[in-house]
Amino acid sequence: MPLVKQGRITTDLFVHIADGTELPGDGSILVPASRFLEDPEVLLKRAGKLGVIWPNNRDLDDLVPYLGRLAAVALVFPSFRDGRAYSQARLLRERHGYDGELRATGQVLRDQFVFMSRAGFDAFEVRKDFDADAFAATMKSYSVFYQPTGDGRVTALHRRMQLRHSESAGQ
Amino acid sequence: MYAYDELDRTLINERVSEFRDQVKRRLSGELTEDEFKMLRLQNGVYLQLHAYMFRVAIPYGTLSSKQMRAFARVARRYDRGYGHFTTRQNIQFNWIKLAELPDALADLAEVGIHAMQTSGNNMRNVTSDQWAGVAPGEVEDPRIWSEILRQHTTLHPEFSFLPRKFKIAITASEHDRAAIKVHDIGLRLYKNAEGETGFEVLVGGGLGRTPFIGKTIKPFVHGRDILSYVEAILRVYNQYGRRDNIYKARIKILVHELGIEKFSREVEEEWKQMGDVGLTLDHSVVEEVRSRFSYPAYEKLPHMPDELKQAAHDPLFERWRRNSVFPHKAQGYSIVTLSLKPVGGPPGDATADQMDAVADLADKYSFGEIRVGHEQNLCLPHVAKRDLPQLWKALDRIGLATPNVNLVTDIIACPGLDYCSLANARSIPIAQELTRRFANHDTAELIGRLHINISGCINACGHHHVGHIGILGVEKNGEEFYQITIGGRADEGAQMGTLIGPAIPYAEVADVIEDIVEAYLALRDRPEELFVDAVKRLGVEPFKERVYATR
Repeated sequence: MPLVKQGRITTDLFVHIADGTELPGDGSILVPASRFLEDPEVLLKRAGKLGVIWPNNRDLDDLVPYLGRLAAVALVFPSFRDGRAYSQARLLRERHGYDGELRATGQVLRDQFVFMSRAGFDAFEVRKDFDADAFAATMKSYSVFYQPTGDGRVTALHRRMQLRHSESAGQ
Repeated sequence: MYAYDELDRTLINERVSEFRDQVKRRLSGELTEDEFKMLRLQNGVYLQLHAYMFRVAIPYGTLSSKQMRAFARVARRYDRGYGHFTTRQNIQFNWIKLAELPDALADLAEVGIHAMQTSGNNMRNVTSDQWAGVAPGEVEDPRIWSEILRQHTTLHPEFSFLPRKFKIAITASEHDRAAIKVHDIGLRLYKNAEGETGFEVLVGGGLGRTPFIGKTIKPFVHGRDILSYVEAILRVYNQYGRRDNIYKARIKILVHELGIEKFSREVEEEWKQMGDVGLTLDHSVVEEVRSRFSYPAYEKLPHMPDELKQAAHDPLFERWRRNSVFPHKAQGYSIVTLSLKPVGGPPGDATADQMDAVADLADKYSFGEIRVGHEQNLCLPHVAKRDLPQLWKALDRIGLATPNVNLVTDIIACPGLDYCSLANARSIPIAQELTRRFANHDTAELIGRLHINISGCINACGHHHVGHIGILGVEKNGEEFYQITIGGRADEGAQMGTLIGPAIPYAEVADVIEDIVEAYLALRDRPEELFVDAVKRLGVEPFKERVYATR
C-alpha cells in the first residue's frame, strides 16, 4: 500500500506493530492505541520514532497528554463512508496544536484527498496505486474553499472581504 | 436574487470537472459501484427503478428566469421533457443517462445551478420560506442567512461523511412555511429585546420511520455566532451519531437517546471549547453577502387598481385570485402561487414548455424571479396587482391556474412505486384519483384548507405524518395497502397525525378520504373551522367510526 507524504509517494519508515507482537529494538513504529496506553512511558522512551493508531470511536482526551512526544498519529477510516476521523483530525490540529505527522489509514481513496488534507492530514496510506499516483493532480482539483479550517487555505469569504477593502481603498 | 461571483462559479465548475472524472473512472471500471455510489449521491444522482434520477438544488427556493430555462433545456435534452419539483426545493429529472450527467451538470453550472449534496450523508440543500423577502411582517430576509449556510455547508471537509443526511431549514416569519420543526436543524430568525438578529435553534426534528418534532436546543443564538453553533451541533453528531444502523443514524435518534438536556450540554461544551475559529460573522461579512442579493425596484402602485376592479366581475378570475394570490409587503403588489397540481396530474411535475412559459411570465410580471415551495408549487413573488388579470389568462393557457392552492387537491406526494426503488406502494395514482374526486372547485373551496400528503413508504418523502390527512403506502402480502392518519401539521404548530385504524387496500383509498371529508363537513361547528382544527377538537374517533363502520 503506497504512502503519500508531502504530496509524493514515499517509503514508509514506520512499521505497523500489531497487539501482542514483539517490538523491534529500534526504528520507527506505529502501535495501536490499546498497546500504547498499556504503558506509554516504556514506548516513548524506546529508541526510534513512535506513532499511535487511534480508533475513530475513542475520545482524544487519553491521547492529548502525549501529543508533544509523538512522531505520528494515524487516524482510521474503517470505510470511506465513516467520517468520524475528520473531526478527530481537526481537533488534533486546531484545538490541541498537534504538528507531527497526521496519517489517514483504512479505506483511503482519491476522492477524499482534498477533504482529508483540509482537515489536517498530511500523510495518506492509499488503498490503490493509481489513486496514489493521482495525488498531486487531485489536490489541484479545487481552488475555492468556503470553510475556514486549520489548513491555512484562504476562504472565499476572506478573499471577498480583501477585495472589498482594496476596492474601497482605491477609491 | 443572489448573484454568484467568480469564486462561486469557479467552485461549481471545479465540481463538474471532478464529477466528469469520477463518471469516467466508473465507466472504465477503475471505481467500483460501491465506491462510485457515494460520489454520485453527493452529486444528486440516484439509481431508481428504471433509470438514474438526478436531483438538482434550488437553494432556499429562489430561481431566476434564466435558471428556469436551463431546467427546461435539461428536461428536453437529457430527459423526457419534464421535471419534478420536490418537497425540499429541489427539482428531479427521472430519465437521465449516466454518461450524459456531466454534460447536464455543466449546462446547469452555466447559470449558477448545482446538484451538490442533494443526496448522500451530508448537509443537504438549505431550505427556506418560499415567500422570503416579500412576505408582509417578515423579520428580515432569511435568504441572506440561508446563503451563508449554503456556502458553509458546501463541500465541508469535516461533515461530508456524516452518519446520515442532514437538513437545515430557516424561517423568518411568524407563520412557518419552511416546516422547520421537522428538520434536523430548524432555525427561526427573530430579533431579541435589544433588536439584535438571532435564531431560535431547534434540533432533532424529522419524519421517516421514527418521526419527531424538533426541540429547542437554544432559545437565542446571535446571528454572528450561528455558524459556530451549527458547527458545534454537527461535530457532536458526527462523532456520536449512530453508524451501526442506518435507521437509527439521524440526529433525531441521538437527541432522543441522550435527551435534549444532555445533548444540548454536549453541544454547549463543544461550542465553548471551539473558541474563535474564524466562524464569527461580523456585521461587514453579513453585509457582504446581503449586498449580493438584488431586490426589485417596486413602483408606487395603488392598492386597488382599475384592472383588478374590472376583472372582479369575472367569477373564474375571482376564484383564482381568492385562492392563489397572497398579500405582498409592497403596496400594489402580490405574491402569486402557481399550482402544479392540475386535476389528474402528478403533483409537482412541470413540462419543459411550462418551465419556459413560467420563465417568460416571470420576466414580464415578476422581475425575472420565481420561487419553489415545499408544497411542490411554484410562485411568482412580485406581481403588480394591475397585471393579475393578464397573468391569470396566461397561466390558464399553460395549465398553471388551477385554483386549488392549500385545498384538498393541492396534494404533496412522493414519486412512489412508479419510480422509486424504496417504495412499497404507488403514490401518484392515488393523488391523481383524489384530484378527480374533488375536481369540483366549488366543493374544494367549501371544504377549505386541507393538506393531503402521500408517501409510498415509511421513509416519508411525501411528509405523510404532517399532512392534515396523511396517506402511507405499506405492503401486505404483496399488495398495496395504505395507512391513514389525520390531524398532522407542518407549520409552527407542527405535530404528527394520528392513525385512524387498520390499513386499507389501494382501491378503497379515495372512498375513505371522501368519507373523512364528508364526516368533517357534517361535524365542523362552522364553515371557518378548518379540518385540522375539527380533528383537534373532536379527536379521531368520529372519523374512524365513519370510515370503518361500513367496512
